This record gives sequence, structure tokens and C-alpha cells, in this order.
Amino acid sequence: MKLKSLAPILYIIFLMLPIYWLLSMSFKTTNEILSGFSFFPQEWTLENYAVIFNDPTWYWGYINSTTYVLINTVISLCVALPAAYAFSRYRFMGDKHLFFWLLTNRMAPPAVFALPFFQLYSAVGLFDTHIAVALAHCLFNIPLAVWILEGFMKSIPKELDETAYVDGYSFPRFFVTIFMPNIKAGIGVAAFFCFMFSWVELLLAKTLTSIDAKPIAATMTKTASSAGYELGLLAAAGCLTIIPGAIVVYFVRNHIAKGFAMGRV
Amino acid sequence: MAKIKLDNIRHSYYPNPSSDDDFALKRVHFDWDDGGAYALLGPSGCGKTTLLNIISGLLEPSHGKLLFDETEVTSLSPSERNIAQVFQFPVIYDTMTVYDNLAFPLRNRGVDEARIDVKVREISSMLEIDDLLQTKAAGLSPDNKQKISLGRGLVREDVNVIMFDEPLTVIDPHLKWKLRSKLKELHQKVKTTMIYVTHDQTEALTFADQVVVMNFGQVLQVGTPDALFERPEHTFVGHFIGSPGMNVLPVEIVDGQVSLGGHVVEVSSPLVEAEGKSLEIGVRPEFVRISEQGIPATVVNVMDVGRHKVLQTIVGTQKVFAVLNEDQPVPEGSTYLSFDKPQTRLYKDGWLVDLTYEYEVL
Amino acid sequence: MKTENPRAWLLVLPVILLVAFNALIPLMTVVNYSVQETFGNNVFFWQGVDWFEQVLHSERFHDALGRQFLFTGIILAVEIPLGVAIALAMPRKGIWVPVCLILMSLPLLIPWNVVGAMWNIFTLPDIGLMGYGLNWLGIDYNMTQSPLAAWVTLIIMDVWHWTSLVVLLSYAGLVSIPDAYYQAAEIDGASKWSVFRYIQLPKMKQVLMIAILLRFMDSFMIYTEPFVLTGGGPGNSTTLLSIDLVKVALGQFDLGPAAAMSLIYFAITLLVSWVFYTIMNKDVKE
Repeated sequence: MKLKSLAPILYIIFLMLPIYWLLSMSFKTTNEILSGFSFFPQEWTLENYAVIFNDPTWYWGYINSTTYVLINTVISLCVALPAAYAFSRYRFMGDKHLFFWLLTNRMAPPAVFALPFFQLYSAVGLFDTHIAVALAHCLFNIPLAVWILEGFMKSIPKELDETAYVDGYSFPRFFVTIFMPNIKAGIGVAAFFCFMFSWVELLLAKTLTSIDAKPIAATMTKTASSAGYELGLLAAAGCLTIIPGAIVVYFVRNHIAKGFAMGRV
Repeated sequence: MAKIKLDNIRHSYYPNPSSDDDFALKRVHFDWDDGGAYALLGPSGCGKTTLLNIISGLLEPSHGKLLFDETEVTSLSPSERNIAQVFQFPVIYDTMTVYDNLAFPLRNRGVDEARIDVKVREISSMLEIDDLLQTKAAGLSPDNKQKISLGRGLVREDVNVIMFDEPLTVIDPHLKWKLRSKLKELHQKVKTTMIYVTHDQTEALTFADQVVVMNFGQVLQVGTPDALFERPEHTFVGHFIGSPGMNVLPVEIVDGQVSLGGHVVEVSSPLVEAEGKSLEIGVRPEFVRISEQGIPATVVNVMDVGRHKVLQTIVGTQKVFAVLNEDQPVPEGSTYLSFDKPQTRLYKDGWLVDLTYEYEVL
Repeated sequence: MKTENPRAWLLVLPVILLVAFNALIPLMTVVNYSVQETFGNNVFFWQGVDWFEQVLHSERFHDALGRQFLFTGIILAVEIPLGVAIALAMPRKGIWVPVCLILMSLPLLIPWNVVGAMWNIFTLPDIGLMGYGLNWLGIDYNMTQSPLAAWVTLIIMDVWHWTSLVVLLSYAGLVSIPDAYYQAAEIDGASKWSVFRYIQLPKMKQVLMIAILLRFMDSFMIYTEPFVLTGGGPGNSTTLLSIDLVKVALGQFDLGPAAAMSLIYFAITLLVSWVFYTIMNKDVKE
């Protein structure tokens, strides 16, 4: 083996160690965890997972998170696609400033805006709904989606649009049947990013929900603090939060290499 | 400068090639003379880029040897071989100025700055890019970028060979011609061996003294543009060069005579037995005549291409083209064709019969 | 070339409405708080720019800001070169590429508080792999006691969490380089360093700028992971800006100063990002 391939291997080992520890902890009994250090679980148990799958407050957390993440991804893509098209193809009043303004919303620290968000969504009667979290996450996901998609669209020659219009396509029909298939990779990568940032964000999701739409991550924090130190249960819940991300990344694996360049190379 | 000898080169991209079809290069055995202007002509996928990469050292052939002036270089790296290559898409170092781009190969070899300056200025005036020397290379037009990639090859002294891999692909048509004559002019000035790879016969025939025609992973013919036109050694060469290409018609030998669908055709080649292989005659449209008798044909189309007309006819089930002078009357419907005997040749299994005959005599 | 088209606004409108709803209204609320004083019960008094002056002169804010810049500086200095180096060492083709990419993406897809919790468990001195391991090696390690250990843990955690983003972006830049560039460089006799300096780095520049911008923005407003990992301690040693803000806003319910602090904080992020953004766009035009 070449020395060069050592670096990625070491790096991946470094990445996997904490995940392994979480995984191994999730299969240990509470007794074993508290009794001291062990590299492998001495007594394999699925009890921690059983608790999660049998307790609605736990498994509803997963359903809630998945629901708002999917709603958010769909909304973000639907509005970002036409906007990105406008930015990539046309010049119009204030386009540059608008683009930067959109980007600035990624920079607003959510910690700052938690309270106003709570007040806003309470005022419009959306507090503790999936749609509230999905809309709130649009704040940082839409700018990113526009940014990524714009990069991909720029690399599609304008002649494609012009030919289609000459052939008598209407704008919506051209956009859906011709243009979108051409930027498949871009849409995949944008969806990946929207999913990722919505799935991993907790602060806003926690602020905007109490019972009905409570995300899994919030359920975990509550367990950690209220039910004492149930590390095994916490580890099992943590492991389960990795799975949706792993599934999504599996689907876009062939686009990652080129797609992450966001059409900007 | 050196004579380049390809000694029984074979190459396969598979680790264990089982049949001839697994070889991208079947067998190439051939010398490139020092200082020649060569074109390597062939359709896409014929193995020309593979051959080029073997000469430049980007690829090591699976069989055979490569010699520069009797010194074996088969496993040397490209930089050790002292060669230059211009790629299909211009390769320039975006962040450097044009000057630094040209100086780059010399700096890498530790040439002193005074000498570099002399060489860079010499090359830039040759390429007529003096006024661009201090600009960033990134923003240049494709033809100027391609000139710089060429300049990086020329700037080094005693380069053994400069190779061009379809260098005009991204150049605008009106600049293609200009850049090509520039190349030709440069060749006369620097006298370095140049190998120009292309699938465009006009580019090949105008640039080169010697054209190497390749297809199916082998060299079919090496010759001057005239030789390729007048005496194609393979039906593919006849077909590929010329517009329209040579007529190639399947024939049989009947009673010691060449028979094209029952009509006798006189050929300049010696007659041979088919022995299960295909037998064809080849005759260029320029040597097909309209006559009172001979081979019956049906006229299907006439194309006026300026100086002359191209007549498209059907003989039996085969298309046959004939070139007519502008003032010649154009027949309609049924007519007869005759072929000029000295320019009508017999091909066996694709190869010119005279060749096999010559080899047999030798 | 782009064409002038005022109607393009219509295509952008949905985005503007959605983002404005989420951004402008809360922002106005924050601005509102920042110039008023409240004693509860929704009674507000006009305060002017007092809060801003108070925050700008407070040592606590300076400390938090200093820690924030130190943190962001360190993680950029570690993650960017490390990410580029790993991307360079990765295979370009073959079956290992998707495997590498999937495994490397995993940390990016874990909810942030789970990341914090995971590292908390990982570093526990008695039962965590890293905590136990370090102590077994004879290194006295306990991040609830030692500020240095807390900082090191925080940085390792962030490197673990985010370096992959830099790797993926750089890798995307690298695979877009046509083979002819490497071949030309080989023929020109370029050294490995020259290949990196004149071919790979320029091609990666665009995506690297994106990586730096994203890492700057996200690390500057990091909250959840350090909050779960260290809670800002021991003492105030790892109290970064966001953590301090939430302490002021929710812990002490000092809405005015918290709002003023947020706006100053937001302005700093904006300024630095704007500089990056301008440099990035300037390069594109060249």
C-alpha cells in the first residue's frame, strides 16, 4: 500500500472512533456502562433500542424530525429553483444586492433570533407545528439552495433555453421537462444540503415546538437532563439519528464528487 | 533532435489480452525521421492517441520498444525524454503571466534567468505574442492559449519531438487556417520533428510532408499526400482520403479476369486468388469515366461542387461516384461507366494486391 | 451574457417573501429590543443607543468576542490545510471513492446536539474511549477541570465535525482538473510542489473560498455543540459569543443588552463575510 493512502485511512479512523463509541455504548447495559471502561460490550443488549421503539415520545420524535425536514427540503427547492434561474440568466434591478442579502441570512446566528422567532410563530398561530419549523429553516436553507443551484445553472449554455423557446416551449414546460433534467446533479446536491442543515439544526426546531412537533434531538436533551444519566438510551437515540443522513448520502454518493463543487470549477 | 524508432510496439489496456481485439495498438513498427513534419491521421478511436502517449511517455506499451536515436527510452518518464506535447484543449497555467508560462519548462530544468529571457523573447516573437507577455494567461482567447502551449514546447532547446494532439479543436474556423500555416512556418524554422494528430484530412495533408494513416489499431500507410491519393495501400486509406473517397467495389475472379457483377474490369494489379478473403477493386471518382459501353449504371444524383460535378450512380447495388468536369454533359437515367486501367487496383482483404505481390517476390 | 429582464423579479419573489418573513420581522424585533428597556409585563421604555455603548464597553463582551475569534481562527487554520491535504491524498477513481466520500460525510449529517453528546461520552475520563485512553497514557485529562483540555476537546470536536466539508469541496475541485494538465506538467518537468501550486491550488481556489466562507459563518455562530459539550466552562473559558448571548438573553432575561449584542455580533459576521464575498466575485471576473 502506498504511503499516500495512509492519510485518508487515518482520517476515516479518526472520524469513526467517536461513532463507534456511541454505537458500542448503545449496546451496553446501564450497569456495564457505570461499572467501568470496556472496549467491546460485554453483554450485548437491544434493550435501549427496544425502549425507543416502544415509547411514542421517542419514536414520534423521529417522525416529527423527518416530517419537517422533508417539508423544508421541498419548499426550499420549489422556491429556490426559479429564483436561481433568474439570478443565473437575467440582470435586473438590485440583483447583486439581493443575492448578498439572501446570503446574509445564513450568517444570522440562530441563537440571536430564537426569541423573536418564538414570538413571530406564536403570533401567526403556527407554534408547535411541523410547518413552522420547516418555514423557519428556510431562512438558511433557501439562500444556500439558491447559491448552489445558481452555480449549476450558470454552466448550462443559454442556447439551450433559446432553442427551446424557438421550438415553441412555454417557460414552465421548458423549465420542468428540459432544464431541470439538465441540472439533476445540482438539484440532488441542493436537496442534500437542505436535508443536512435542517436535520442537524436544533435550536430553532426546539424553540418553535413543545409537544406535537418536537424533534428527536430535543427529546434527547430532555432525557439527558430529566431522567438522570441514561447514557445507553441516549447513545441508542444518537445512533438512530445518524441513519437518515447515511441514507441520504448513499443516494447522492455519485454526485458528491462533482456536485460539491457547486458548478464553480 | 532524434530519429524515433517504434520497434514492434503493441499495447493493450487490459492486463491479460487474449485476442487481437483486446489490443488498442495491434502492431506498430515504423521509424519517424529526424526533422520531419508528420501527420497522424485516422478516425476517432483508431489508436492514434494511444500511440502518441506511448511516444511522449505518458503510457508504457505492453510490448515492444521505443528508441530515440538507438537509445531505448521505453520506460523513461516524459520529462526525461525531452519531448513536448500540445493538447486538444489548451493547457496553460492560469495564475501565471504569459512570460512565466513560457519560462516554466526552463525554470523547472534550472536554466539561468538570462538565458530564459533570451529564449522566451525569441519564441514570443516567433509566435507573434510579444505584446501579451506581461498579461495573465487566464483571460486569453483559445488560439492565443494554444500558441502558449505550443511555445512551452518550442522554448526548450533540443526537444526530440513536438507532438500535437488535435490542437485546433477549440479554435475558430477562420483562425485554424492561420495557426496551421504558422505551424508549418515554425517547422521550417526550427526543424524539430513534429507529429500532428488529427482526424481531419485537410489539416493532415496541408501540414505534413509525410502522413501516417491509422485505423483498427495499426498503421495502414505512410506516405506523402500525393502517394496516399494516387496509390492507397488499403481500401480504408482510399476511402478516408479524398472527397468523395475512393469507390470500393466487391469483385470476383472469373476465368482469369476481374468480374464486377458479370462485367469485365481491367485492373493494373496482378490477379490473385481470393482464398476465402474478400476481393475488391478500388478506383477514385476522378478516374471513373462516362462512356458508350462498359458497366451499366443508373444516375441518382448530381452535386455541383464548383470546379467540377460529382455524379452519384448505382452499379448493381453499390454506389459509385464519378467526377465530371464542369463542361462535360451530365447523363441522365441509365448510362455506362468505364474505369481508367492504371488507376484501378485490386485489394485483397482490404490490402492492395501489389503489396502482397511485392512481398511475395521479395 | 445575461440579459436585462425586470420581470425576473417575479421568479425571485417567492424567495424574497419567505426569507423576508423569517429574517426581517425577527430582525426588526431584535432592533426594537436593542433600543428599549423593559421591566417585564410588556412595558417598554425608549433607551436609545445606551445598550450598544454598554455592550461595546463591557469587558465580558470583549472576552467573548476574543475567544470567538481565537476559536474561529484556530479551526480555520487547522481544518482548511488538513482538508486540502486529505483531498489531495484521496484516490481519484475506483471503488474506494464512494466509500471514502460516504464515510467522510457522516459527521456532517449528525444533529449538532448529538455531536456534542457523542463527544461528551467519548471524552468522559472514566468510561469514554478518548478520556480513558489519554489518562491511561499518563496524560492528565479532564475537560471539566482544565480550560486547556476543554479548548483542545472543543477544537478536536469541530475538526472532527467539519473538516469533511473542506475535504469534499476541495476534492470536487481536484477531480474537475482534466488529465491533460497533469500530463503537460509532467512534460514540462514540473515538481510535485509546482503541480500543487500552479495547477491544483488555482483550480481549487473557488471551492476553497466557499469552504472558508461557510466555515467562517458557521464557526462564528457555533452554539449547540460547545453548549452540550462544555456548557461554556470550566468557568467562562469556552463561553463563545453565542453561548454568552443566550446566557444574557434567556439566563438573565436582559433583552436589551442581548439584542444590542446580537446586532453587533451580526454586523461583524456580515462585514467579514462581505469581504470574502467581494474577493470571491472579483476572482470570478478576472
